[in-house]
Amino acid sequence: MSTVAWITTRGLLGRRRFLLLLPLPILMIGVALIPRFEGVSPQEWAQPVLVAMGFTTLLPIVALIVGTGVLGAEIDDGTITHILSKPLARWRIVVPKLLVAIAVTAASAAVPFYIVGALASGPRLGIGLVVGSTVGAVLYSTIFVALSLISRRPVLLGLVYVIIWEGLLSNLVSGTRVLSVQQYALTIADKASASDLLNGNVSFAVAVVMSIVVTIGFLVLAIRKLSSFSVTGETS
Amino acid sequence: MTLEVTGVSRWYGNVVAVNDVTMTLGPGVTGLLGPNGAGKTTLLHMMAGFLAPSRGTLTVDGEPTWRNPAVYRKLGLVSERESVHSYLTAHEFVLVSAKLHGLTDPAAAATRALDLVEMAEFQDRRIGTYSKGMRQRTRVAAALVHEPDVLLLDEPFNGMDPRQRMHMMDLLHRLGTAGRTILFSSHILEEVEQLSGTVQVMVSGRLAASGDFRTIRRLMTNRPHVFAVQSTDDRRLAVALMHQPSVNGVDLGREGLTVRAGDYGSFTRALPRIALKEGIRVRRLLPSDESLESVFSYLVEA
Repeated sequence: MSTVAWITTRGLLGRRRFLLLLPLPILMIGVALIPRFEGVSPQEWAQPVLVAMGFTTLLPIVALIVGTGVLGAEIDDGTITHILSKPLARWRIVVPKLLVAIAVTAASAAVPFYIVGALASGPRLGIGLVVGSTVGAVLYSTIFVALSLISRRPVLLGLVYVIIWEGLLSNLVSGTRVLSVQQYALTIADKASASDLLNGNVSFAVAVVMSIVVTIGFLVLAIRKLSSFSVTGETS
Repeated sequence: MTLEVTGVSRWYGNVVAVNDVTMTLGPGVTGLLGPNGAGKTTLLHMMAGFLAPSRGTLTVDGEPTWRNPAVYRKLGLVSERESVHSYLTAHEFVLVSAKLHGLTDPAAAATRALDLVEMAEFQDRRIGTYSKGMRQRTRVAAALVHEPDVLLLDEPFNGMDPRQRMHMMDLLHRLGTAGRTILFSSHILEEVEQLSGTVQVMVSGRLAASGDFRTIRRLMTNRPHVFAVQSTDDRRLAVALMHQPSVNGVDLGREGLTVRAGDYGSFTRALPRIALKEGIRVRRLLPSDESLESVFSYLVEA
């Protein structure tokens, strides 16, 4: 593990905000357990739990907490200067941090997604959901890491994006679906699980191509932003 | 190894933080002196490559510092903001720095740096449990772990007690004598006086004076001293004071007298004698320009 990744992981797990990652996965599993043991047909509950709770809420919120935590928190408290004052090409700072964010987000999402998928239909759906949520984790993490470098209020901006764009518009306005991380993740999960419980709204090809474009785009943006990062301190 | 600042300005919108500063720093300890808000931190951040100059160039040994991470092989920075990974021990913290620098033997380098700042005995405690002085020394150790030729420190003595201050001064002095280029900022005259022979004085974003400390200090002490005086009979006291050769001028105002004295010592000795002779009681005597800002502004006018 690179030193940047090590210190990032220590920082992430050492902060109290890490505890924020726990409630959503637990809630999602809990919500799925009730109809499962009440004997309600998965056709009725799987879609709302997986899409509304999983892809629309849990995945982006977890990615937001983690993605802004790996870099944004260090910018906030100033510890970023310790890493910046080293002879490291800036991609060697951004990439390990992003990988940590992806790994933590993907792991936090994979567990509840797999369990809920397995409860609804079986391991095949569980695995399909893990694939889809991992793709979502990559996309969201890259966006939120970049956002930490674009704005001084990445959490707020990220929340607005998740609620307005991903939550509201991409469900109401069909045209914005082509530009929705949630739709890519859902489509890829649908394809991977071949389950009739999931319905992707964009084509598989669009989902794959757009995922790659968005990831690379925001990664390049993040590296460029960090290369010309200005430290603003209390000037005295 | 020289740090070269050429025609550097930095502005934020309409506000000019640093205005056309040119200086060359060589081996030894240099103090960057100026009142709060003079632009010291902005200048240090530009030197450290953390901020783009709006105009001008900053180089270490000919290499620009902005957008050039390679410069950190020769440069170390201790920022003012006390940001440390408090969940790490000093040893871990310095070791991480050594590893990020890609040193061949990071463990040995970390041990050496911690020894240098005399933190070896506490190195396995978490940084969060340290006193301010210990944290500062740990940060210096992290900045020194790759033995940079240039070390920049922003207000390194802020919040330190006198003993910690002495310790840090001694350390910087040793580093400077060993041939490193050390620049530290301070808004306290005495700190600079004790530590360095050469100073760069900044006032309102400009380089106001530069060179040997004693020369600059003399400029500062030769200025007229201004005192605010209140007494039972201001007008009569003013007349008596004007007979004194040490008094250059007296203003009579509602709030009492404003006395400009050429020599601090002889005026303060003369005043009680005069008051006693005239039978006037002095209620208040305040040196009104002793604040650093007025010392600096005098320097700018000079």
